[in-house]
Amino acid sequence: MTRFIARRLIVTIPVLFGIVFFVFVLARVIPGDPCRAVLGERATDAICNDFIHRYGLDQPIPVQFGLYLGQLASGDLGNSIKHSEPITDLLIQRLPTTVELTIMALIFAIAVGVPLGLISAVRRNSPVDVGTMVFANIGVSMPVFVLGLVLAYVFAIIFKDTPLSLPPSGRLSSGIVVKPLVEVWGWQSLQGPPRAFLDFVSGLYIPTGIITGQWTAAFDAFRHLLLPAIALGTIPLAIIARITRSSLLEVLGLDYIRTARAKGLRERSVIIRHATRNALLPVVTIIGLQLGGLLSGAVLTETVFNLAGVGRTMFEAITGRDYVVIQGFTLIIAVTYLVVNFLVDVSYGFLDPRIRT
Amino acid sequence: MAATTVSPPPLGAETLSRGRPASLWRDTIRNVLRQRSAVVGLFLLTILVGAAIFAPILAPYAPDQDLRRVPGLENVEKRADPCIHALGCPAATPQAIFGTDGNFRDVFSRVLYGGRVSIAIGLAAIGIAIVLGTIIGAIAGYAGGWVDNILMRLMDVILAFPSLLLAIAIVTAVGQSLTNALIAIGTVSIPIYARIVRSSVLSAKENDYVTASRALGESPVGILVRRIMPNSLTPLIVQGTLGIGGAVLEIAALAFVGVTGSPDQAEWGSMIGFERNQLFTAPHIILAPGIAITLTVLGFNLLGDGLRDALDPRLNR
Repeated sequence: MTRFIARRLIVTIPVLFGIVFFVFVLARVIPGDPCRAVLGERATDAICNDFIHRYGLDQPIPVQFGLYLGQLASGDLGNSIKHSEPITDLLIQRLPTTVELTIMALIFAIAVGVPLGLISAVRRNSPVDVGTMVFANIGVSMPVFVLGLVLAYVFAIIFKDTPLSLPPSGRLSSGIVVKPLVEVWGWQSLQGPPRAFLDFVSGLYIPTGIITGQWTAAFDAFRHLLLPAIALGTIPLAIIARITRSSLLEVLGLDYIRTARAKGLRERSVIIRHATRNALLPVVTIIGLQLGGLLSGAVLTETVFNLAGVGRTMFEAITGRDYVVIQGFTLIIAVTYLVVNFLVDVSYGFLDPRIRT
Repeated sequence: MAATTVSPPPLGAETLSRGRPASLWRDTIRNVLRQRSAVVGLFLLTILVGAAIFAPILAPYAPDQDLRRVPGLENVEKRADPCIHALGCPAATPQAIFGTDGNFRDVFSRVLYGGRVSIAIGLAAIGIAIVLGTIIGAIAGYAGGWVDNILMRLMDVILAFPSLLLAIAIVTAVGQSLTNALIAIGTVSIPIYARIVRSSVLSAKENDYVTASRALGESPVGILVRRIMPNSLTPLIVQGTLGIGGAVLEIAALAFVGVTGSPDQAEWGSMIGFERNQLFTAPHIILAPGIAITLTVLGFNLLGDGLRDALDPRLNR
């Protein structure tokens, strides 16, 4: 197992290096003068020369890449032009929204998708199965932003003033705040990475609300997150349901299932205890693979539902031509994605010994 | 696929096998048409592609026409609800099947013309990806060793980015336009095809018939193109069909986010992005292109699934 992990790591590291290089190159191929792209058209020559010198843009490209690596190694992603604050601070504010949204979407997709897939496989060709598969086909074909807008219309306009009404934008109702952990625990003097970590966790409103007993706020945050999570989770849900179905169907055709049935086990126990366990292996991989799509979808979902997350920040950075933010956030997302894929690979190695060889 | 593995390459075989390709094609088409999802997909696509091709004939107005300038329509309203005279809409109100948008334009005409953009870009982006992916995958698989390693790690780097974000990053770096969006979507799709071609080259190149053609003195390129590549055709067709659906979704997303240049062009994604804030007052402006995107992607997905079930013998249960 250690060798398996080590081998996966060796493959991952060059890719990580490649990602950093790619992001570096992207920022350098921006057409035109980098200074005026960053500081705006009205920057004077003197300011620009100073700018170019300060950021080492007059150095040869390999030297620049070295400087960039050194900057990254010290945890510095640069400063946002528009917000004039470090990218890392911006991340601590904005990333929790995306993390909370993505996790909730994934929970929704798994909690609904796996049972749907299992039922469809067991009741093959029944109305439930046909309905699920038609739904799954439409689900993967619908753009996230269209689904999001439709959901917002249905739950905020059509169901207005009914118990089903849900808020179509923002993270909390006005007047409701989630007190950050440092404030609740009276640790305001805390500094450095521990403080950054606690601030990050405080940005996850639902867990923070539950930990600190701010129930109203936690519930409000949950209600606000429902529609975005459903919009974002529908494509993975459809994919998970399809894979679960075909995987269970395949397993149900295997010899050991026939043996189990021949032993006289009840059908329910054959399916739940014998078949489902093996059928869920490919589902785990698929869940891991959904992450890239979820992160892409988060950009669109946050735009539709006005959530100040990573995606929304990227969107604003694009419209405001804030290249430093685009660069930093792209890098962070790609690295997160890479790390999660690595973890999925490793967990798959744990689940299925045949992979380890 | 069976024909390529069975037919012996030596002399004389050509004359014998001449009749075969036709029947192979006929078989394939019959297999595809037996798949319900492929038939539904084909049906949807025939209508949608037809509507896009014949948009100038079918559309009542030009996509960027301000209806107030049309004689007899001076009283047309901004973001008017859909109005069809045959369904009891008062004759005094101008007919607009999907209503009008914020600039007094006919949404139905714009949706028809928008199909041209989406489908053409989807095809072109996947075309680029297949050509480049095939070249990269074939070289990597056939050459092996460090060439393979470098090329495939490069592909891993592209795959390491969530595709939409990478496409956004590329478009913002090289300039916001529809053409650059096309290139970006093509680029982020290359690795899938490179991997498919590489793996089928790897599994095919050790076959006896390949050794035989090598012994007969066929050039490496000839072996690759004539003997090995036909094996990757099936997965490429299947993945390509599904890929076009994905590309249509991505172009719509890029346009929605607003990185494809002018928001005035009749493109489904930008139509939605542009009128997004009118959702609560005029949902039809968003629903019409939204349904068009969904049906197009659904068509390609169903056709792709059907092709896979029909062409991949391993799936025949």
